[in-house]
Amino acid sequence: MKIHEYQGKAVLANHGVPVPHGKVAYTVAEAVEAGKEMGFPVVVKAQIHAGGRGKAGGVKLARTAEDCENIAKSLLGATLRTHQTGPEGRVVRRLLIEQGVDLAGAREMYLAIVIDRVSGAPVFMASAEGGMDIEEVAATNPEAILKEVIDPAVGFQPFQARKLAFGLGIPSASVPRSAAFMQMLYRAFEATDASLLEINPFLLMRDGNVLALDAKITFDDNALYRHPDLKELRDLDEEDPLEVEASKFSLNYIKLEGGNVGCMVNGAGLAMATMDIIKLAGGSPANFLDVGGGANAEQIRNAFRILLADPEVKAVLINIFGGILRCDVLAEGVIAAVRDLNVQIPVVIRMKGNNEERGKEMLRQSGLNFITADEMGDAARKVVAAAGGGTPRKSAGDAPAEKPRAKAGATSSKKKKVAK
Amino acid sequence: MSVLVGKNTRLLVQGMGKHGTFHAIGCRDYGTRVVGGITPGKGGTKIEGFPIFDSVAEAVDKTGANVTVIFVPPPGAADAIMEAADAGIPLIVCITEGVPTLDMVKAKEFLAGKESRLIGPNCPGIISPGEKCKVGIMPGHIHKGGAVGVVSRSGTLTYEAVGQLTALGIGQSTCIGIGGDPIIGTNHTDALELFNKDRATRAIVMIGEIGGNAEEEAAAYVKKHVKKPVVGFIAGQTAPPGRRMGHAGAIIAGGKGTADEKMKAMRAAGIHVVKSPADLGAAVAKLLKK
Repeated sequence: MKIHEYQGKAVLANHGVPVPHGKVAYTVAEAVEAGKEMGFPVVVKAQIHAGGRGKAGGVKLARTAEDCENIAKSLLGATLRTHQTGPEGRVVRRLLIEQGVDLAGAREMYLAIVIDRVSGAPVFMASAEGGMDIEEVAATNPEAILKEVIDPAVGFQPFQARKLAFGLGIPSASVPRSAAFMQMLYRAFEATDASLLEINPFLLMRDGNVLALDAKITFDDNALYRHPDLKELRDLDEEDPLEVEASKFSLNYIKLEGGNVGCMVNGAGLAMATMDIIKLAGGSPANFLDVGGGANAEQIRNAFRILLADPEVKAVLINIFGGILRCDVLAEGVIAAVRDLNVQIPVVIRMKGNNEERGKEMLRQSGLNFITADEMGDAARKVVAAAGGGTPRKSAGDAPAEKPRAKAGATSSKKKKVAK
Repeated sequence: MSVLVGKNTRLLVQGMGKHGTFHAIGCRDYGTRVVGGITPGKGGTKIEGFPIFDSVAEAVDKTGANVTVIFVPPPGAADAIMEAADAGIPLIVCITEGVPTLDMVKAKEFLAGKESRLIGPNCPGIISPGEKCKVGIMPGHIHKGGAVGVVSRSGTLTYEAVGQLTALGIGQSTCIGIGGDPIIGTNHTDALELFNKDRATRAIVMIGEIGGNAEEEAAAYVKKHVKKPVVGFIAGQTAPPGRRMGHAGAIIAGGKGTADEKMKAMRAAGIHVVKSPADLGAAVAKLLKK
C-alpha cells in the first residue's frame, strides 16, 4: 500500500526521524492558513502517489500568503503528469504546506531501504547523488549506489550506518548524526512492515544538521492486518475506482490502458499469460483479473459487473483451469451472471478440468450465445475476432502487426485508444 | 524417477483447519502417505482418520514424518515453518498465501545452516505423479508419470502446462510450484539443479513471471550446467510497469524484472523460450523427439 508524502513524514517523525515542519491542506483556505501558521516562505507540495512531482511543477515556493493562495488554487484539482503517473496523470486533492528549508550550501543525497530478493533480506542503499534523478543514477552509474545488506536477526548495525555515511563523503562531524538518522529509518521500516522506504533527498545542511526533505513509504499489504493504524492511511482517491470495487470482493483487478478484451481468469500466473496470449493473437487486453482459486457463482457475478463497467470492453474471455473448482459450477455461475446482468457483448469461455464436459453441455443448453474454445490459443483468437479488433492470426507467434492493428481499430467505428 | 517427494514420503499436515483437512484428504486419496496432522491443543484426537499432534517434534518422533505441508494462516505461517525446521523435517512445503515479507525474511534466516529445504510460500506444492505422491493443492488427475520436470512460480499456469503435456502423452517426473512471493525457499535455480541431477528427468519446463531476477540467474545456471532440453515461458509480457500482478513478487520495479529481459537471458542460455503459453506442451514434444 502506498501513502502520501505528508503521511510518510508523520510515520517517520514518530520514530524520531527529523522532517521539516508541515501541514496537510485540502482547500485553498487551509493552505493559506497553514502557511501563515508556519511563516513564509513555505513550500507547497502536491500530494499524489507518484514520484517526479518536482519536475512536473507540483512543488512550488510561496513567499507570501498571496503566492500561497495562487499556487494552491492552481494545484488543487489540477491533473499532474509525471513520468510515474502515465499520460493520464493524477488529480491533486491534497497539498503539503511545508516550512521552507535553507538549501544554500546543503548537500542532497539519497537513502532507501528495500527488500532484496537475492539475499532475502532488507538492503540499505545510499547514494551521494540525490535529488531528482536517482533512477537515472541506477541505470547509468550503478556503482555510485552504496549497499549494506541487513542481517534480519540483529538488524541494521551502527557500523553499517557509519560505513554508508563515510562512503557518502559526509564530514566526520556529521557522521554520528547521519548514522543515527539511518538507524531511525531502519527502525521505522521494520516497525511498519514497509517494503520500500525512500528519502530523496536526504539533506545535510550547512549547519551540519540532517533532514528528510521527501519521504516515500510503501507498506507490505500482507502485513497490514497487524497495523490497523497504517491501514487508515489508504487514500482511495489515488486508486482506480474499479480496482477498489474489485478488492471488496477479493478479486484482483488491474485496469490496462487502451485494451478492449476483458479477461477473467483464476490464478495470477494464468491471468498474466492470458493477457499475453490475447496480445499475441493481435488483440489488446483491457485488464488483469484474478478471480482466485475457488471462484464461486457470486465471485463470477461480481467479476462480470466490474469487467462490464469498463466501457472499452468489447468482448470477454473467461479462461479457467478448474483444479479444485468444478467446471459445472463455473458454467452455472457464468450463465446466471450473463442472464442477471443482461450481458450483451460476446463471451468466449475456455475451461479445463473437473466436470469439463458437463460444464460445456450446460453452456450449450443455456440458449445464450457463448463462444467456447478448447485451448488457450484458440480462445484468444476467437475473443480478439469477437472484439472486432485485428485480424486473428493462424498461430500465436511474433506479433509485429500489433501497432498497425491498433491503428486500424482506431479508424474503425469502434472508439479505441491506441495501445501504448 | 522423481525429486524431493516420492514413495518414501511420510507427510505431515500443519494447520488442520477446513482448508488443511480438505487437502490432507486430497493428498491421501491421490496415494500420498499422510501420517498425521498438527493442530496445537488438539493432540491425541483424530480428524478424518488422521492422528493429530500438538507439535511437529512430537509428530516426527511418533510417525517418522519426513515432509510437511503448511496450511497455517498468514500470521502463524512463518512460525510453522520454523517449528518444522526445528523438528528437523527435511522438506517443508508452505502453501499459505499472504505471509508478511519480513516474517519470511526471518524464517529464511532461521533456515540458514539447517538441513531443511523450504518450498513456497504462496505455492501449489509439489507432485511426483509416477510415484503417486502429491504434497499440495494441485489437481492430481491432470498429471501423468514420466520424464519431464516442471518448475513454476504460478499455480494454475503450471496446471495449464501440465495439462498440455499430459494431453500429448508426455508424463512428468516431478512438478514443483516454487511460489509467487518475493522471498521464497527454493528458487528456479535450485529446482533446475535438482532436475539436472535426477536421472529420470529428461527435459525441463521452466515457467517464470515478471519481477526480480531469479529467471536470469536460472538461465545462467542452465548455460553452465544443464545439458537436458529446457523449455521456458515468462508470464507478464503485457504487464504494465509498477503494478503488482496478483502475486506479491510479480512487479516490474524501476524498469527491472521485465519479461523481455528474462526471455532474452533465457534464450541466450539455450533455453527454448515460447512466446505463447499455448505452445509449451508442443515445444517439449518437439525437443523430446530430437
